[in-house]
Amino acid sequence: MAARTKRKNVLPGFGLTLGFTLAYLGMVVLIPISTIFFKTFTLSWPQFWAAVASPRTLAAYELSFGASIAGALINSVFGFIVAWSLVRYEFPGKTLIDVMVDLPFALPTSVAGITLTAIYAGNGWIGRYLAPLGIKVAYAPLGVVVALTFVGLPFVVRTVQPVLEDLDQEYEEAAATLGASRLQTFILVIAPTLIPALLTGFALAFARALGEYGSVVFISGNMPMHTEVVPLLIMSKLEQFDYAGATAIAVVMLVASFAILLCINVLQRWSSRRLAA
Amino acid sequence: MNSKSQAEPKRPGTADPSWVRIALIATALVFLSLFLFIPVIAVFAEALQKGIGAYFAAIVDPEARAAIRLTLMTAAIAVPLNVTFGIAASWVIARFDFPGKQTLLTLIDIPFSVSPVIAGMLFVLLLGVRAPLGGWLANHGIRIIFAEPGIVLATIFVTFPLAARELIPIMQAVGSEEEEAAIVLGAGGWQMFFRVTLPNVKWGLLYGMVLCNARAMGEFGAVSVVSGHIRGHTNTMPLYVEILYNDYQFAAAFAVSSLLTLLAIATLVAKYYLERRVVPVKQEQEEPVVKVAA
Repeated sequence: MAARTKRKNVLPGFGLTLGFTLAYLGMVVLIPISTIFFKTFTLSWPQFWAAVASPRTLAAYELSFGASIAGALINSVFGFIVAWSLVRYEFPGKTLIDVMVDLPFALPTSVAGITLTAIYAGNGWIGRYLAPLGIKVAYAPLGVVVALTFVGLPFVVRTVQPVLEDLDQEYEEAAATLGASRLQTFILVIAPTLIPALLTGFALAFARALGEYGSVVFISGNMPMHTEVVPLLIMSKLEQFDYAGATAIAVVMLVASFAILLCINVLQRWSSRRLAA
Repeated sequence: MNSKSQAEPKRPGTADPSWVRIALIATALVFLSLFLFIPVIAVFAEALQKGIGAYFAAIVDPEARAAIRLTLMTAAIAVPLNVTFGIAASWVIARFDFPGKQTLLTLIDIPFSVSPVIAGMLFVLLLGVRAPLGGWLANHGIRIIFAEPGIVLATIFVTFPLAARELIPIMQAVGSEEEEAAIVLGAGGWQMFFRVTLPNVKWGLLYGMVLCNARAMGEFGAVSVVSGHIRGHTNTMPLYVEILYNDYQFAAAFAVSSLLTLLAIATLVAKYYLERRVVPVKQEQEEPVVKVAA
């Protein structure tokens, strides 16, 4: 260890790179983030409370959290199935699917928004088959769930996939040899090792969905109290120059995001410990 | 040890019954079709619904060209800045030990957990004409919010962690032996950087650039807040898509969208090939590191 520390001292550039890193981080991230907290302190308590606890805001929180959880749950189930199929099975088009899973990362959210709206609207490619069944997707809360499922799609697949790849099949073999059925093996041997990765993927998809604006704004119809998510509410407050109200709601969202970020960090540490053990 | 399933012979008792296999693959395909494949096809179908002539007319429209120019310019500023930051941050984090390193890593990730709308709002609060700093700048004739500089700033914020996040693990995996050798043999700091460090991490660097670029060109929420939607002036391509769509010019909206979709697909293909270059570097270097640790 001592030799290692000594070796590291040979390398140049510590002061320069640390200085640049901190200065850039400060200017681009920390100063802007701190303004929102300073701005919050200028609000009076009744002002703050009126903004964050109005019926319209509460309805937006309910929809945002509810639809984000629903989207993340859908992604946990189907993301797992996609990851399992990609790692364990051979089928035509596998590489194409592996590449395409990251599409929601790469596609601009406004493009995703108008496209999902077009296909899930009452006369769209998919919507026209759902409309006769009485299922309304676009311009309804279900549309918000569809958009949030889309944006969170890569997370569960990309957190579960590497864990499945590293999973040593010897344990499954041992379980099978000892007389376990395939289902028992899955529940008792495979599932426990995947839980941390699944939870991490769920949390990442949830966090991404909670802040999503672009893909939701088109498909939701933006009706206050009904299909208005929190980022959209912030946007409309900003457009009316109600900066105090927007700030109060944004601070609540930021605190929620940071709490999720903390959970993700804890989960990832747990996950890597599991893998190492 | 590191088992990719296809490289390994099937082990007895670990294969799923064929009906399970078929059901799971079918479920995966249906799910991905509903959410990925049908939307991508729909973009191009909608873009071409009024014919190829209308498609090209929509793309070469002066407003569309202005949006394309602003998008390219924004990426041309944001990507090099964030990549430079990524190199500096990964160097200091992967090569040195200092107190607060873990905190620094957490702080770098912050923009990922901030909603794009809130990201844009931060800059309105800081630099809008009603804010002290923004007001002072406005008095000196410098307009940031509802102008191009605001768009560039918001884009820099949302793409901030991307390059650093890719470079840190690669820099760590490559190890510092070759750089130390260069320094001991008398190379200067910049000489070492250009001859040893940069060539070692070049694929990771390119990978980070591709991801950063895709997000910079595609950002919508944050840019939407700071742009003020001034036509032909402060519209990036994703914002222009929204304007066309709200004007019921659906074919034109999808025509511009199809360009962004092509960019997304090109990004995914580049990502696929770059990942294959980056991963071997990591694995090749990881083995001795593990041995040293053990």
